Amino acid sequence: MILKEALAISKNTSVSIYVFGKQYRVPENLTILTAMEHLGYRLLRGCGCRSGFCGACATVYRIQGDYRLRTGLACQTPVKEGMVFSMLPFHPATKARYNIKELQPNLQSLVRYYPEIMRCLQCNSCSRACPQDLQVIDIMGAAMRGDITTAADLSFDCIMCGLCATRCPAEIVQYNVAILTRRLYGTHVAPRSKHLQDRLKEIENGRYDQELTKLTKMNTEEITELYNAREIEKEVA
Amino acid sequence: MTLEQPKQWRTTIAYSDEMRRSIEKVLATRSARMKQTFPKLKPEEKKELLQKYHPDYKPGTTRKIRVGPNKGDPIVNELGDIIEAYSRINPDKIDISKIHIQTDVLVVGGGGAGAAAALAAHQQGARVLLCTKLRFGDSNTMMAQGGIQAADKPNDSPAIHYLDVIGGGGYANIPSLVQALVRDAPSVIEWLEELGAMFDKENDGTFVTDHGGGTSRRRMHAARDYTGAEIMRTLRDEVLNQGIQVIEFSPAIELLTDSEGNCVGAMLLNMETDEYIVVGAKTTIIATGGSGRLHMQGFPTTNHYGATGDGLPMAYRTGCKLVFVDTIQYHPTGVAFPELISGQLITEKMRSLGAQLVNVDGERFVNELETRDAVASAVIRECVERKKGVRTPGGLTGVWLDTPLIDMLKGTSRTLRLAPAMVRQFKRFGIDIIKDPILVYPTQHYQNGGILIDEYGRTNVPNLYVAGEAAGGVHGRNRLMGNSLLGILVFGRRAGKDAALKSKTATGGKPTLNHVTRYHKELKKAGYTPDRHSPIILPDYRREEAKIELEAFAVKGWE
Repeated sequence: MILKEALAISKNTSVSIYVFGKQYRVPENLTILTAMEHLGYRLLRGCGCRSGFCGACATVYRIQGDYRLRTGLACQTPVKEGMVFSMLPFHPATKARYNIKELQPNLQSLVRYYPEIMRCLQCNSCSRACPQDLQVIDIMGAAMRGDITTAADLSFDCIMCGLCATRCPAEIVQYNVAILTRRLYGTHVAPRSKHLQDRLKEIENGRYDQELTKLTKMNTEEITELYNAREIEKEVA
Repeated sequence: MTLEQPKQWRTTIAYSDEMRRSIEKVLATRSARMKQTFPKLKPEEKKELLQKYHPDYKPGTTRKIRVGPNKGDPIVNELGDIIEAYSRINPDKIDISKIHIQTDVLVVGGGGAGAAAALAAHQQGARVLLCTKLRFGDSNTMMAQGGIQAADKPNDSPAIHYLDVIGGGGYANIPSLVQALVRDAPSVIEWLEELGAMFDKENDGTFVTDHGGGTSRRRMHAARDYTGAEIMRTLRDEVLNQGIQVIEFSPAIELLTDSEGNCVGAMLLNMETDEYIVVGAKTTIIATGGSGRLHMQGFPTTNHYGATGDGLPMAYRTGCKLVFVDTIQYHPTGVAFPELISGQLITEKMRSLGAQLVNVDGERFVNELETRDAVASAVIRECVERKKGVRTPGGLTGVWLDTPLIDMLKGTSRTLRLAPAMVRQFKRFGIDIIKDPILVYPTQHYQNGGILIDEYGRTNVPNLYVAGEAAGGVHGRNRLMGNSLLGILVFGRRAGKDAALKSKTATGGKPTLNHVTRYHKELKKAGYTPDRHSPIILPDYRREEAKIELEAFAVKGWE
């Protein structure tokens, strides 16, 4: 039986950490997020999905004695001896408003809304900050070339935590540029599916109405029989 | 596509020697298992398995509701605790005569259902206000990985989809809701396509589709293993583009009704200033999502931080009926190791792609594509009764999900292409799921039931709608993979459209909290004096000592 998350704490070992610069000792088998809760913080901002998918808990930290500023998601980063951290629960960002259907999937569309992308220095600070290990520099490179397909593909795993934007000397909001490229790709570049259009026409013409209505009127016995007799398509293809 | 090497400073969490010895047995049986077809459960075998091992059937885990529209009906204890509770508001002490914001349609909740409802209502020309507890998009939708179902391939049909849904739900689902779900499914996919959501497709536009547990056709559409995130961020972007008003960190804490019992808006709480906001709305849509953070039976959960079932007690106090609140979905494959992320989701897609479940000796024990209730029960049986689980250093137990099979079956680098989130999740801790299996155990995943709705998302309370996980009836007693992302969008859009149309004629009276006063009286009449208030808004994960220290001080509004 598993108990609630992070309760399986090894009791023997602890580490010294600094929450917003203030020193505490906590068990080592905790993430930055659960360590804060262990200490008595009740989080409001800086906590979302607790699984590394939402980007709410972007965190910057240093290990004492090391010059380097590191980044991570608080819910996915184990605490370490000498860790000094601060959450960045919100980052002011430019977000353009656009009508995706009216745009063309090209450089002009990106530059129209986010002209600052052309200021990119290719310094790679964004990639180093990315907790998803994305090559943000390549995403920006593709964006500057107007290569929507590549920018969309490379940025697909972006969780929009904002850490790249906090580190960018050109003041680009990479994650908002990236979602524009993905929506341009999805709306205008990705091939449309014929089988979906065929099915939509059939539904519109009422092809399944009678059959569905008949199913909704069946009693449990009749529907159970149909269910148990249904043919199953081959599992792994 | 490549995933860069993880930052070298990250902590590595290695399998123990004991776990390594078990992995050797997994390796030894792998080639034989690859050719093995594991039989599906017969209907009577499945029934017995569920009754013996599914957490729903554990004695003492439900109780009869004492008051309200569902008086006498069974409810999961943890849901009962938020239903049988006082409001956070003392109706005698609060002045709601001043309406701070007036709108046509109020959407409570900023997940997928809320965003879809807001867009649909906005499209009808209604003035829409969306309020949400955390950030807009912080929701279970964002975390849904595996896919979304729609019967759009030539060998499939809405009728076949209907059968899968209703059989998977234990034949308990409400037929008209299932009909709406399967009929709208292809149009939801088209809507997402037009908004620019990137689905996995072949070069000719054909959707890449796979099975989910309990499907009879391969109709799971996916966006790698970020399907929910892709849908959520696309819808969020569109809501912002449309200029729809969004208020974050301000959940509804009670609905408002007029003297006739119509819903006329809600009271919000600005959690950062503890200020109350009275919103008058012609129609209100509850899209508050699920309740995994109530930790049913002490299980960990895959749900987001705010999944505390807030919509249920609010709607119940106004007189809404609940359905199937005695059943909870446990996802068969939550993380069991590394322990510091235990309970987090391993998408069912891994099994759709061919990953097998095996015990400590490397043996399979269930067909991986049974419905979730059955697979979760089989994992529990394997660990608890048969003692064939694998122990972690921290004392948890789980079974192996043999993920390296995916590349072996589907081709090199397919795991990384089709499930980058899962590869990354473990790579962060130094575990390579393409080379090694991963340890899993069931985790609380989905609230099967909820507030009763009709096919337009309407409740039995006039001008009050519900969409998404907060609603009940669509999925019966067990939801299939890929039908929650579908359900939130089908019913979010239906509710949004209908609420917008209704708002043009709805004439609500003066807002009151009469329903709250009445509910408190009912509790008293039943001789029940709970020490709880709901909605609880957020779970409290502070360690006990820290909580006690803080309780000596004044209690803040949302705490």
